[in-house]
Amino acid sequence: MCSLEKRGNLFILTLTGKNVEHRLNPEVLSSIISALSRAKADSTRGSALVTVSHGKFFCNGFDLDWVNATGSKQEAQQRFDYSLDCLTQLVQAFISLPMPTVAAVTGHAAAAGVVIPLCHDYVVMRRDRGVLYVNDLEMGLKIPELYMAFFRAKTSGWALRDLVLRGLKIKGEELLKMGIVDAVYDGEEGVINAGMKMADDLARRKWDGEVYAEIRKGLYSEFCGMLGIASKAIGTPKF
Amino acid sequence: MCTLEKRGKLFILTLTGEDQHRFNPDLISSLLDLLSQVKAQATCGSVLITQAQGKFFSYGFDLDWAQAAGSERGAAKRLQDMADLFKPVIATLLSLPMPTIAAITGHAVAAGFTLALSHDYLIMRKDRGILWMPEVDIAVTLPDYINALFKEKIGDASVRRDLFLRGLKMKGDEAEKRGVVKAAYDGEAEVREASVCLAENLGKRKWHGEVYAEIRKGLYPQLSAILGLSHKVYAIARL
Repeated sequence: MCSLEKRGNLFILTLTGKNVEHRLNPEVLSSIISALSRAKADSTRGSALVTVSHGKFFCNGFDLDWVNATGSKQEAQQRFDYSLDCLTQLVQAFISLPMPTVAAVTGHAAAAGVVIPLCHDYVVMRRDRGVLYVNDLEMGLKIPELYMAFFRAKTSGWALRDLVLRGLKIKGEELLKMGIVDAVYDGEEGVINAGMKMADDLARRKWDGEVYAEIRKGLYSEFCGMLGIASKAIGTPKF
Repeated sequence: MCTLEKRGKLFILTLTGEDQHRFNPDLISSLLDLLSQVKAQATCGSVLITQAQGKFFSYGFDLDWAQAAGSERGAAKRLQDMADLFKPVIATLLSLPMPTIAAITGHAVAAGFTLALSHDYLIMRKDRGILWMPEVDIAVTLPDYINALFKEKIGDASVRRDLFLRGLKMKGDEAEKRGVVKAAYDGEAEVREASVCLAENLGKRKWHGEVYAEIRKGLYPQLSAILGLSHKVYAIARL
């Protein structure tokens, strides 16, 4: 499913999911949400989180084998909707995490799997391998309004069009130009090390985690508004 | 504190003195007063330049005044009060019936950056001065109207993330490159000259002020809604 390790100030979340494609089903999503709760409970000023995975895939989307392993089309739709609800809960957990977050993307992220790196504050990716692929259009699926709001929080203009309306498999270099990832590196180790260093540098700023999370939620205000997630105002400056 | 000068069709609003031009209720009140005078005297071809003397454009809310309340709760309340008092300044600028230019010759921080960003055009120094949102560093959250202002004025999500979640101190050349300001120049005189030149060019177009304001509000629907600004439909054709 996933594992959570603590190394000094850093929480390292490793995605394993279901099979080599690290696919997401309610059980996997629930385990990632639990891991994030543990990180939250253990967090202090100066904590940061890096999410990593190993192998060819970062996350290839929902576990469609599980979705389709039912008697009827109706039940399959229910399983799909349930998976989507669980993903939404995971996004909320990431957005409310009281520490800076970095995704180190070393493999392909497709469909629902694209959402995971994008819920992080920073994304570093491989230059030489791996693509982001929003394939809803290709699959004949409408992107839910909530997720359009999510994508609008991360990008805009022609880059947004290219992300969702062209069925493009976009490599790291291009994503860097689009402003969707922050940096690209060579090799799996290169990306993971860079991700950890970035998280370390952010951790050293020793931000107040609760305030950090509230400010972050403000950057996703449309998404949070649609979910009815209230923002807390914290107003006593600490120098 | 602040003065208003009229030079032909040009209104020049100046934050005076060599201090940090911190916004406390008195200064906010004076600003509102002067802006109403600008609005009352507006004609076709009017333009506003907002500028400041000294090393600071404005360093934001008067935190000393807030802390003089004597308690943490009192300070938080004073800060909230100033945020509430400041909202009409932004609303007035957003509905001002003429083009507006911020001539940023010093540091524009927090509410000071917000004031600058509420103008149609930002011109800044390349060699001195920063744009900075320090809220994450001093552990306070941002009011909803400031979130909406930055979201709708700054299209680049990674810039918003860098400003709000990293507390980036952005210098003029980066601000120009990343599209936060229109242009950056070396030297105070150059910034003032460029602002006047731009103002003259805009003024020459002799736009219908009320229509200009309505179109401007349409650019920022979320912000307009939060500020309680309504829309009017104009149908004055000048062919």
